[in-house]
Amino acid sequence: MQADLSIILPEIVLSAYALLALLGVAYTGQDRMAGMLVWVTAGLFALLAIWIGASGTGTRTAFGGMFNDDGFARFAKVMILLSAAAVLVLGQDYMSRRGILRFEYPLLVALAVVGMMVMVSAGDLMALYMGLELQSLSLYVVASLRRDSAKSTEAGLKYFVLGALSSGLLLYGASLIYGFAGTTLFSGIIAAAEGQAPIGLLIGLVFVISGLAFKISAVPFHMWTPDVYEGAPTPITAFFATAPKMAAMGLFARVVHDAFGGVVADWQQVLALLALLSMFLGAFAAIGQTDIKRLMAYSSIAHMGYALMGLAAGTVFGVQAMLIYMAIYVTMNVGTFAFILSMERDGQPVTDIRSLALYSRAEPGRALAMLILLFSLAGVPPLLGFFGKLYVLRAAYEGGLGWLAIAGVVASVIGAFYYLRIVFYMYFGEEGTGVETGRSPVQWAFLMGSAAVMLLGIVNMFGVEAMAQAAAATLVN
Amino acid sequence: MDNLLSIVTFIPAVAAAILAVFLRGQDAAAQRNAKWVALIATTLTFVVSLFILFQFDPSNTGFQMVEEREWLLGLQYKMGVDGISVLFVMLTTFIMPLTIAASWTVTTRVKEYMIAFLLLETLMLGVFMALDLVLFYLFFEAGLIPMFLIIGIWGGRERIYASFKFFLYTFLGSVLMLVAMVAMFSDAGTTDIADLLKHEFESETFSILGVHVIGGMQTLMFLAFFASFAVKMPMWPVHTWLPDAHVQAPTAGSVVLAAILLKMGGYGFLRFSLPMFPVGTEVLTPLVLWMSAIAIVYTSLVALAQEDMKKLIAYSSVAHMGYVTMGIFAANQQGVDGAIFQMISHGFISGALFLCVGVIYDRMHTREIDAYGGLVNRMPAYALIFMFFTMANVGLPGTSGFVGEFLTLVGVFQVNTWVAAVATSGVILSAAYALWLYRRVVFGDLIKESLRTITDMNKRERAIFAPLVVMTLLLGVYPRLVTDITGPSVEALISNVETAQAVAQAATQLAETSH
Repeated sequence: MQADLSIILPEIVLSAYALLALLGVAYTGQDRMAGMLVWVTAGLFALLAIWIGASGTGTRTAFGGMFNDDGFARFAKVMILLSAAAVLVLGQDYMSRRGILRFEYPLLVALAVVGMMVMVSAGDLMALYMGLELQSLSLYVVASLRRDSAKSTEAGLKYFVLGALSSGLLLYGASLIYGFAGTTLFSGIIAAAEGQAPIGLLIGLVFVISGLAFKISAVPFHMWTPDVYEGAPTPITAFFATAPKMAAMGLFARVVHDAFGGVVADWQQVLALLALLSMFLGAFAAIGQTDIKRLMAYSSIAHMGYALMGLAAGTVFGVQAMLIYMAIYVTMNVGTFAFILSMERDGQPVTDIRSLALYSRAEPGRALAMLILLFSLAGVPPLLGFFGKLYVLRAAYEGGLGWLAIAGVVASVIGAFYYLRIVFYMYFGEEGTGVETGRSPVQWAFLMGSAAVMLLGIVNMFGVEAMAQAAAATLVN
Repeated sequence: MDNLLSIVTFIPAVAAAILAVFLRGQDAAAQRNAKWVALIATTLTFVVSLFILFQFDPSNTGFQMVEEREWLLGLQYKMGVDGISVLFVMLTTFIMPLTIAASWTVTTRVKEYMIAFLLLETLMLGVFMALDLVLFYLFFEAGLIPMFLIIGIWGGRERIYASFKFFLYTFLGSVLMLVAMVAMFSDAGTTDIADLLKHEFESETFSILGVHVIGGMQTLMFLAFFASFAVKMPMWPVHTWLPDAHVQAPTAGSVVLAAILLKMGGYGFLRFSLPMFPVGTEVLTPLVLWMSAIAIVYTSLVALAQEDMKKLIAYSSVAHMGYVTMGIFAANQQGVDGAIFQMISHGFISGALFLCVGVIYDRMHTREIDAYGGLVNRMPAYALIFMFFTMANVGLPGTSGFVGEFLTLVGVFQVNTWVAAVATSGVILSAAYALWLYRRVVFGDLIKESLRTITDMNKRERAIFAPLVVMTLLLGVYPRLVTDITGPSVEALISNVETAQAVAQAATQLAETSH
């Protein structure tokens, strides 16, 4: 018991912090403390990330295999914590100036992060579900944080209803798996699926995959994404686009490899199809968007398609490629959202991409950083986004999915169009109403930092390659 | 110096970084400084690149001055030159100072303009020196970004359409090549071009979806690379992006596009398609040869009908690139030597022609042929220069244009007489459109009111043309300057291709007899 608790100590610390802070703030400062709370929470995330990152190698399990602490979980947790910290800090200025910075916000995010940490460590269907629900429930509330806005409320409600549906699908699948495998432990399921898996187990797997596909907003379970992205306050959209995606992809990799690693061929085709549809729908649907948040929603759908392509390969290299892709994706999105958060006119947030007309004249530095991020999102060399694509393409090809690789690159050309369109507005557009972006030095720092990473990361990727390789090796065996 | 190639490649990028960081303001002084920094940097690059030429040993057919460093994903940063690439490097460093000098009249966003051109030079040099598959792709594709901005920001009226078309067209071509590169990486386990040249890719016929693919993997990979290089070249029928891009690009952009960027396609064929997929090449050679012949005749006819000077020259470029692909796929010494020669010579001639258009465009702000006429009366020096390059474009003996065309025709005659016959008619057609253009613009009476005050070329403009005239004449009367350098490498390339094709043929025959 003592040993078990020491393994989940980071999660315990974070939960205890969230609950105590909630209690304390409820009695004392209320929303006046919120600004400070954001920084404290982000600082705690960063500390935990360092702690987990430095906590050595090796694989430990707790609670009879329900909870894994291995290289893969640590990699994913560090990513989740860092991106959550970045997004919290980014949104602080935006929210406080619009009076929606409530003290619940950082604490709900902290609880969601606890859920994510449990997700990527899950070694059991129950642990998986607990983590997922803790995360989802926190996110439902956060999405509708702006109570007086119909759009925000709608976003929260839509997310909740569809999220509940997907949880239902996932639970149903989990019950089928339990029924046919006789256990909820991944280690037991993988033994039951050895060789020829019973058909009920596979049906259960498909339901679980459907539920997870909803969380990463893969097509055809993506319907909620554009509305929620558009409706939620922008800092929360930024959060949705980063940490939860990383966590859900991590969980996805866990389920398909830890529980169903013996029947790769059975889930490979499902994942390949999800990847194919996501890449193409993301590419086509974003073309007509003028709202940059909706555009980023479709962009994230397409990016999830590429990450799934890596996972669909079903190999160690595939998982490595997925992790690298996600790391790059999260970094790009933090920078892009730092920019979107700073877009405003007369104090009101602006999300129409046409307002960026000739932005490069007014702010050449920021425009250049945004240009780099957009080309990186499009996967154009020599930026880091291209290397993400290169990894997943290679993984897919070596996993026998050459056709998927070809489809992926074709989709990336279509997708390039809408990123170019933003560049077009910023650099060659006609004179427009203009947009102001000069308020927050924090947002500026994240935008520039993210662009610099996209440019300089091509030298050695800051060692993420080797870390992802080690992480992937612990997951797949 | 064992990292000479990297130094040459990155001098312009360093200059661009200096401009980006240290140059402030948009006033006249800042603009002048930006121009001078760019001019000095590109000239310095050219001077340093001369050392590459001095150190280069033509008799060595392998890669020289190689640098190698570990990189991500088992890739490597590897640079080097051989007889095929070294002249393209020289062409690039030679042309760039001229394009900067030709941009002296730019007044909008000068700093960004110069940064874009300097970065473009680094990327173009990287393409010709890269000895790693992915590194090559990196440079090859990255060039799209500055070019997209050059066309989009400093281009003409229809620049938006042209820039998107340019980007998406070439991007689509290249991503298929990327998949093939991934396949090669997986198959050979390395991305080192020197090793890949020795690797034999699978060429056994197989069928997918009921279609027999003769030449197997090699044919598929050849097609993937072909998709990229044919668009870049550009070959008929995927050339349609070029006239749009050329017409809308600023003068310097057109010059870079015609003189250097188009050559990447031809270089790609010689570096990858021919030596790495010899069997695939053999299977598809007739197709490529006929596409080239059609390109020569068809685009020459299209050029005859143009109203816009830049468009006319753009179509003429497509026709001349037809000779290049024809020569490359003739796959014999004369053909390939001629193709390389034609590319180098076309770099000077087409660059100069676009500069000629730029000279009068700067004065009159129109490219309509009908807006001109009788320029010889006011601009004798211009008329002379324009005449010289028109003749070179036609392929008059004594200019470099003749040597390339003649060698490629000799090369292809040995392989396919019919293609040679059709292509030769292009020589006549090119004379027709080029001379007709010249007559309409330069000769006749000066009757247009707007032209009465036009001035002849100034010193700066004459200075830009001088080196181009010298090179065109020099290569025209003494072509061995080029063929001595390329000859041994081309010979090695061809013997490798022929050996590989013979081996594959023997294997097929063996398989047939044993059945």
